[in-house]
Amino acid sequence: MSEEIAIKVDHVSKDFVLPHNKVNSVKGLFMSLASNRNKTEETQHALKDISFEIKKGEFFGIVGRNGSGKSTMLKILANIYQPTKGGIQTTGKLVPFIELGVGFNPELTGRENVFLNGAMLGFSEKEVEAMYKDIVEFAELERFMDQKLKNYSSGMQVRLAFSMATRAEADILLVDEVLAVGDADFQRKCFDYFKKLKKDKKTVVFVSHDMTAVREYCDRAVMIEKSEVISTGSADEVASKYTKMFLQETKALKDGQESVDDMRWGDETLIFSSPTIEELDSKKIIFSATVTAERDCADPSFGFSLHNSMGESLLGTNTVLQKYPTKPFVKGQKSLVTWQLPNILAEGDYTVSLAALYNGGLTPADWWEESLTFSIKKEIRTPYKVQPDVQVTVEKIGGVKN
Amino acid sequence: MHKLRQRYRYSFILLKQLVKTDFKLRYQGSALGYLWSLLRPLFLFVILYFVFAKFLKFGDGIPHYPQYLLLGILLWNYFVEVTSGSVGAIVGKGDLLRKINFPKYVIVLAGSLAAFINLLLTFVVLGIFMAIGGIGLTWHALLIVPLVAELFIFALGLAFFLSALYVRYRDMTYIWEVIIQAAFYATPILYLMSRVPLEVGKVMVLNPMAQIIQDARYVLITPKTDTIYNLWGGDRWVWAIPLSVVLVVVALAVAYFRSRSKYFAEEV
Repeated sequence: MSEEIAIKVDHVSKDFVLPHNKVNSVKGLFMSLASNRNKTEETQHALKDISFEIKKGEFFGIVGRNGSGKSTMLKILANIYQPTKGGIQTTGKLVPFIELGVGFNPELTGRENVFLNGAMLGFSEKEVEAMYKDIVEFAELERFMDQKLKNYSSGMQVRLAFSMATRAEADILLVDEVLAVGDADFQRKCFDYFKKLKKDKKTVVFVSHDMTAVREYCDRAVMIEKSEVISTGSADEVASKYTKMFLQETKALKDGQESVDDMRWGDETLIFSSPTIEELDSKKIIFSATVTAERDCADPSFGFSLHNSMGESLLGTNTVLQKYPTKPFVKGQKSLVTWQLPNILAEGDYTVSLAALYNGGLTPADWWEESLTFSIKKEIRTPYKVQPDVQVTVEKIGGVKN
Repeated sequence: MHKLRQRYRYSFILLKQLVKTDFKLRYQGSALGYLWSLLRPLFLFVILYFVFAKFLKFGDGIPHYPQYLLLGILLWNYFVEVTSGSVGAIVGKGDLLRKINFPKYVIVLAGSLAAFINLLLTFVVLGIFMAIGGIGLTWHALLIVPLVAELFIFALGLAFFLSALYVRYRDMTYIWEVIIQAAFYATPILYLMSRVPLEVGKVMVLNPMAQIIQDARYVLITPKTDTIYNLWGGDRWVWAIPLSVVLVVVALAVAYFRSRSKYFAEEV
């Protein structure tokens, strides 16, 4: 890869003056002139001293949660917002838009919108005319081009918009959360397009929540949190950090803003230690944890639950449901609890919560959220939550005489 | 030259599409569509003819008074359409501004061009009524070209100023509405210049709109129009005043627009 720099972000800060203090009426103008006191103005620091470099041909991720400042960063990269301090140097032609379907007008037909959006991307009418057929075909909207856009479903609009966006001719592309919309078929098209961009050695800045996509496509990434860069590095590193942070925060929210230490509770009759991934391959997942009994325990039961990076619970079970006959524990006893399950998970980051209960499963002895984290990589990638081994065959069973 | 084309290529492509869109949307859903561009001045003429020429007899002493009136109103309407339409132009495109970086002046210019094309269409109707009224044209009529150019530049300059100002001060819509109302009566559109005292008329005609409308009437309809030239007794230099007003307004407006346009996206 060439070491040439495509984008250099140099100590960029961005402040917004909060709107409720903005003088936006003439009365307000006179008032503020008369009183000459604007000290009530409050500034919001959207970005604080951000610096990073993106190399030519690199697929670069910007990750961060809503309100972290990542979208402001993208707008500054696209030259839509001006930085308050610092500057940005870009080499090569930068695509000017950050969202799909810019300028789409619901009152115009699909065809008219293609020309309008094409102009936004910098294509003359002649140029759009030449690629019109391909655009429509790619969007699979041949029959609808003379209908008004307002009669399109949102999926159709996105398809048309995406089909247009893939035509943009630039050295540097800015992509903001496209994958959040569209059906599976559309997402596949997006992935194909990304692969093509990668092959063509385009520089791509990709803003996303989807850590799986970040891991898959990005070479490097930066994480912005609370207006500051808190991590830069390989996509894998940054994505793991992000997932960890996200999970911790979700948990803290659930517990009413309590600290991360409260991800584990129980009366400590039984205590987990050294949770471990024993085996992890494309077929199965095996993990275990040691249990130590601090007191005698007549009817212990053990369970786990598995969560994805969005914090959704995917699966879980316990010894009672599994009808596993757990014997009573005596004080000081150590046992190893091992779980084995088929790897039906889709690519992504996962966490395991462990639980040890007794008293008929009513009293938690040790409940440990996110005691384990692991990542799954798969050769095939689908946008669904689970991805077990699937067998498919297509065979002729008749209908046509030979 | 090639570089210049490269630089303005994007603006030009965008401008063309925005003007087209403006036209497509203008009469959308109406049965007669573009015909309204011609029908509106036609009906306007009929109304003016009956109200001001036949009943009120505002135009005694002026030959072809209905056409005289129509020309004034058409030029004035263009001015109002461009300036009032521009006030919310930038804010109205806020959605676009936040998503794509493009030369902002294109928005204002597109609105102004769409109105200008409409003005040219209405001139067709005016031409028909001039022919019906038997108004002969002399070589002087060609002077309408620089006059319309002056109007275009003046209205565009104000449009730049108003659209940029409105981004920060939302009272501009109402303020401009009042100003435009006052200006309508301060400009000799419905009444004749000869009805106001000479001293007042001398000042009134320094307003670029009054100068443009009166000069246009002079070159197209009748030499019996009071223009800046005969009001000031042939002092040619006074022409420089309305022209300077136009140039100063445009220069200030463009400077203001340019200095603000970087921040439109975050302020709208």
